[in-house]
Amino acid sequence: MRIAKPTVQPIVKPSMAGSLESNDCLVSLHPLAKEELREGEEVRVEVDSIVQIQFGAQIEATARDVLARFGLTRVLVRIQDKGALDCTLRARLEAAVLRAGGDDHEA
Amino acid sequence: MREKTAATLRQAMEAAHLEDGMTISFHHHLRNGDFVLDMVLREAEAMGLKGLRVAASSVFPCHGRLARAAERGVVAGLDTNYMSGPVAAAVARGAFAEPVRFRTHGGRPRAIDAGELHIDAAFIAAPAVDPLGNLSGVEGPSACGSLGYAMADAAHADTVIAVTDHFLDHSPERISIDHGQVDVVVKVDRIGDPAGIVSGTTKVTRDPVGLVIAEYAARAIEAAGLLRDGFCFQTGAGGASLAAASFVRERMREQGVRGRFLLGGITGYFVDMLEEGLFEDIYDVQCFDLAAVRSIRENAHHHEISASDYASVGRKRCYVDDLGAVLLGATEIDLDFNVNVHTDSNGVIIGGSGGHSDAAAGAEMAIIVAPLLRARLPIVVDRVRTVSTPGRTVDALVTEYGAAVNPARPELAQRLRDFGLPVFEIAELRRKALAMAGEPVRAPQGEREVAVVEYRDGTIIDRIMA
Repeated sequence: MRIAKPTVQPIVKPSMAGSLESNDCLVSLHPLAKEELREGEEVRVEVDSIVQIQFGAQIEATARDVLARFGLTRVLVRIQDKGALDCTLRARLEAAVLRAGGDDHEA
Repeated sequence: MREKTAATLRQAMEAAHLEDGMTISFHHHLRNGDFVLDMVLREAEAMGLKGLRVAASSVFPCHGRLARAAERGVVAGLDTNYMSGPVAAAVARGAFAEPVRFRTHGGRPRAIDAGELHIDAAFIAAPAVDPLGNLSGVEGPSACGSLGYAMADAAHADTVIAVTDHFLDHSPERISIDHGQVDVVVKVDRIGDPAGIVSGTTKVTRDPVGLVIAEYAARAIEAAGLLRDGFCFQTGAGGASLAAASFVRERMREQGVRGRFLLGGITGYFVDMLEEGLFEDIYDVQCFDLAAVRSIRENAHHHEISASDYASVGRKRCYVDDLGAVLLGATEIDLDFNVNVHTDSNGVIIGGSGGHSDAAAGAEMAIIVAPLLRARLPIVVDRVRTVSTPGRTVDALVTEYGAAVNPARPELAQRLRDFGLPVFEIAELRRKALAMAGEPVRAPQGEREVAVVEYRDGTIIDRIMA
């Protein structure tokens, strides 16, 4: 998937995107202070999926990929997944990132 | 005067001379509102009984007591056609000393009729009992309609105990089980919760994907040439199945087709089709809602049938043999068209055959209706985790992308194509799903055998490990 060249935005506030409907996911982002991160850790990803065994690792990899594209660090990503496809997951992650960027308008 | 009424459940159970290791049976028409199985097990535990075998036609979430009875050794074995809820979880934990035996709705009465499943005492939840001891499902506060699954038990159990909460002072409008088969009658406060009796979906789906699948399924039936006078039809009670039934109904109206019968678990939707004159009769082994209960009480063309007559291969004929089309669900279907309705993608027990493999074997066209992906999981897998229904009895899979037809039925595939339906190889549908979802990691399989799957003819066709 190709997204518009993103501007690197600092996470300044918690944000959410998505839902807990079937085939969707609820993504939330929380800024982390440096001291909350472990040695060498840049982002923390928590996945709770109804298809954890089957797709848990792929969901985490997608989350890390999207964050890396935005150049984000020091952030906690929580994903509550109800069986979202990868394209849905990416859309929810991007929306959450844009909403966390400090602008008041809805991304 | 001879008296067959016991004062208490305990007295009734003592009259059956229950001993450790005996088999006690139950039917599931009160569905998730049933109180009888649990109250009998509570009493069995109080009596100090151990190692009982429970033969219940189905087990629901309301049957938590059965899980506890297994953990305490009161129950050692379970023989059932379907289970969901805490008992399924207990089976996975290995709470039952013996592997569970899954049967089918037709296979269970076949085994009882043949003496393979011997029942020492049958406990029949009876919504109404008349002064002679005739049992009826159509009256009383817990009226559930047909008592079809209890009939083989009543015919063959050493002792038949009717548990009721409603004595009649007159003959019932419909006698389900003859008094001559009933040894003991006992009255309790309540045999069930009517709110739980009506479980399952009885509304047509509004989900757009479900509607597309339903329309394709209905068109597949038409394409196969089955929509002609004398058509016999069965569906599950799920929303997508009912949607398909609504499309079939429209076509029958348009073309003036008059079907012979509707079969199976019966909903108000089927009752409407009977009353509209689209079908001659309903053959009912179980009512799914109160509209069906009303109909079976009032309509002489709505017949109560035994599970043996519904689907047993031990009968010279049974009703499923006459089905033109049946619509069935699946948690998985594989490249050989084998269907799993026992376990989910993690190997957890979530159901059972019920009448799935019976109807598939009997019907001229058995159609599996399912979305291509369910919660990101492809419905088509290389090999099903559990074989519930053998692929040789499954004719087609219908998804929102189109159909896949069993290669053993090339003429059917051609008919569907000629009718303008999208038809794929089943492997092609799998590839489509994987392209959208990615390849799922296969959940590991356990090493302890917790259940065996007995096919309707008595052969063991699979084992469930946990």
